[in-house]
Amino acid sequence: MTLSIGDRLPERTFGPISRTDLVKYQGASGDFNPIHHDEEFAKRAGFPTVFSVGMLQAGYVATYLVDALGSENVRRLRVRFEEQVWPGDIISCTAEVKGIVTDPASGERRAELEVIATRQTGGVAIRGTSSFAF
Amino acid sequence: MSDESTAKPEGLPFQMPIELGKVREFARATGGTSPDYLENPSAPIPPTFLRTQVFWTPAGGPNLLKDVKLDLRRILHGEQEYEFFGPPPHVGDELTVTTRLDSVEEKDGKRGGKMLVIVFISDFTDGDGALVARGRQTLIQTGGVPA
Repeated sequence: MTLSIGDRLPERTFGPISRTDLVKYQGASGDFNPIHHDEEFAKRAGFPTVFSVGMLQAGYVATYLVDALGSENVRRLRVRFEEQVWPGDIISCTAEVKGIVTDPASGERRAELEVIATRQTGGVAIRGTSSFAF
Repeated sequence: MSDESTAKPEGLPFQMPIELGKVREFARATGGTSPDYLENPSAPIPPTFLRTQVFWTPAGGPNLLKDVKLDLRRILHGEQEYEFFGPPPHVGDELTVTTRLDSVEEKDGKRGGKMLVIVFISDFTDGDGALVARGRQTLIQTGGVPA
């Protein structure tokens, strides 16, 4: 694979996110915070309804990156959660190579990427950085 | 009542076997369709899979947050990082997980009030004791429930 600074991965969308997607992710991950599946709990906490688990959209970002750059090649993924994501939302992922480095410990060549997941409103759900060997 | 000790509260180490069914379930739940995960019996883990460490955390271990009163309604996940010191772990690997409370800081919230920023670090070592992955989780307890 060749990667250069400024390369962009093809955009990819996930969703619309259903409540079933939230339950599937909570079961898979072990995060059973009721605010993501219990309507009454979410309302008592002041939200209009349940909202997505941040780590679900982080998981979409991860899937986006490994499908493009290789499941064995991931070395780091850091995400910052910004806007909340709601049932019905469609998440679009984009990423750009911002640096090419050689890891001093392993001698591995790595691409350093910025990745963004946006909602269909244009609001940013996740901003992240990631490193992949290539 | 806690002093300003620099010792970081640490949980008991526990084992985390990487299981094929769990990897496939997790890959599917995060939009995965790749045969790397769904058809490979020695699949690598997806990048955020170590979130599932919670299934292996022993009940009744030390409470790392015993001095912090958390309100689940006000907790937000601020940031998460996973770092791999080589290719990611694979199905069949037996990891040992040690989680420590790295920091608890009180900060001024954007909308007034105080918020708590809590950072946990989890180290994942393999059967030879080599550090293969590290997770860093930042939780934020906001000043109040949303209006």
